[in-house]
Amino acid sequence: MTQNAKTLARAAGLHKSGTRNVGERVIGIVLFLAASVSIVTTAAVILALSAETISFFADPAVSIVEFLTAREWTPLFPESQRYFGISPLVIGTLMVTFVALIVGLPLGLGSAIYLSEFANPQTRRSVMSVLEVLAGIPTVVLGYFALFFVTPILRDIVPGLNLFNPLSAGLVMGFMILPTISSISVDSMQAVPRALREAAYGLGASKHEVVAKVVVPAALSGIVASFILAMSRAIGETMIVTLAAGQKPTFTFDLRETIATMTSFIVQAAKGDQPAGSLASQSLYAVGATLFLMTFALNLVSQQIVQRFGERYE
Amino acid sequence: MASQAVPKDHVTVRTDPIPAGEAVVTLENLSLWYGDFQALHDVSLTVPKNQVTALIGASGCGKSTLLRCVNRMNDLVPSVRVEGQLSYEGVNLYDGAVDPVEVRRRVGMVFQKPNPFPKSVYENVAFGPRLHGYAGDMDALVEKSLKGAALWDEVQDKLKQSGLGLSGGQQQRLCIARAMATDPDVILMDEPTSALDPIATDRIEELIHEIKKDYTVIIVTHNMQQAGRVSDRTAFMHLGVLIEEGPTEQIFTNPQHEMTERYISGRFG
Ligand SMILES: Nc1ncnc2c1ncn2[C@@H]1O[C@H](COP(=O)(O)OP(=O)(O)O)[C@@H](O)[C@H]1O
Ligand SMILES: [Mg+2]
Repeated sequence: MTQNAKTLARAAGLHKSGTRNVGERVIGIVLFLAASVSIVTTAAVILALSAETISFFADPAVSIVEFLTAREWTPLFPESQRYFGISPLVIGTLMVTFVALIVGLPLGLGSAIYLSEFANPQTRRSVMSVLEVLAGIPTVVLGYFALFFVTPILRDIVPGLNLFNPLSAGLVMGFMILPTISSISVDSMQAVPRALREAAYGLGASKHEVVAKVVVPAALSGIVASFILAMSRAIGETMIVTLAAGQKPTFTFDLRETIATMTSFIVQAAKGDQPAGSLASQSLYAVGATLFLMTFALNLVSQQIVQRFGERYE
Repeated sequence: MASQAVPKDHVTVRTDPIPAGEAVVTLENLSLWYGDFQALHDVSLTVPKNQVTALIGASGCGKSTLLRCVNRMNDLVPSVRVEGQLSYEGVNLYDGAVDPVEVRRRVGMVFQKPNPFPKSVYENVAFGPRLHGYAGDMDALVEKSLKGAALWDEVQDKLKQSGLGLSGGQQQRLCIARAMATDPDVILMDEPTSALDPIATDRIEELIHEIKKDYTVIIVTHNMQQAGRVSDRTAFMHLGVLIEEGPTEQIFTNPQHEMTERYISGRFG
């Protein structure tokens, strides 16, 4: 800028203000740092997870084949009885998740359809606030609820049910994920334009046909997203399973048996004092990495599903 | 134009009234309330078969409300109350025994803004027939409907693509094809070209001309020239009252009521 232009700008009050420029730069830097913290943290977690996992598999006592195929998981046992097969934990996690989804999906989607399409606004508001309360219950409370309230009732009904079992934990977890599914699904159904509903009514569709053939398909990407999010939460959920499903890794598909999940094993291993760098402590990271990969894969799959099947409207 | 109260006892001015035998839809003293607000006041109107009837009047005068009575679309608004008669081929559609869902199969509707489903062109047209368990050749029906809406040539290679990928004018013709596919007798159009450009508007107007040999059309428009171009009869409304109705030519060149005259000359300048 020429000297002349500067003078003119100053005279007109249009000149650059030094303090404002510095201020804006500082704000920009602060915000950048804030954003960086989360990226750095994520990177650090992944790095630590991978480093420990790699040294776990580098140990001559462990092999990847054993990790994937063996049916016993006893890393905290003395060396002679030690096995590193993750399948009992994965199956345990999947069983609890399965029960939770069996309960949570139909109830969550059903209540979402009711709330979005059939309930009057007042009912919708009050039920939604009840769901928010449900979503706000600490999972440790739900875990105790499963163990001391649900399990005793189930034991009267289901013969041979252990005190710690995936059935009870999964049932309660189903209620934990229900608000996630219904609130996201309600939002995505409410976002379906009224014009689309009217188009269907105008063609002689009944209320339930409008819901089934127009609203749900148009809201599908949101609904699937809610399912996946709920599933991720179920897989990663810790307190309910630790308290109510047991801490005994067992290769079984029987919902009545005492089991352990990936998360409950991590709690168990972290609770005892395993010397850092020992195989026992590294096994914890290997389980954590597996858990991370599963949730990550789930997110990828969900993006695919949403892209392929979601109906787009503007 | 200053909005002006209509005398309570206003009697609709009619020129060349339609004989009862030629009517498809007949409104008799139809009144409608949204909660406490009365949107239609004792409207009586006869809609002749295979003709285009235009509803005109200032914004908010109740044109859409009246139109939506004919397929009972107003039932979707919880606070609505209707009095009087609306008969379709001799049946009072507001009789308790009438199922509004059935009504909407016989009386199709095209909306102000094109609203194709986020589905393929084909599925948009097949939607209504599938709903009603159409057992014939669906491909043929889809083709016939798209041809009927003068859209076939443009979309025959795009049947599997999303209806939302079409241009605005094409979308609106898709909506007309979709309405035709359920084989209605009456098609209601609520300002069907207000969201379209002039060329697309021309095409829809031509289409309206063509389809009236097979359908009875009731069209809401606040474009007076459009009413003049497409309709056989015109009904002028003001604040929920039907002021005057008659042959379009007559309404435009020789309106009988001063309000009609003022509205028409106001618009033509
Ligand atoms: N769903 C509704 N609830 C309450 N009032 C409504 C509703 N729809 C329309 N109205 C009122 O009814 C009157 C007529 O509206 P409308 O039929 O849409 O007029 P037009 O189509 O002639 O512009 C307006 O005063 C409008 O505010
Ligand atoms: Mg309108």
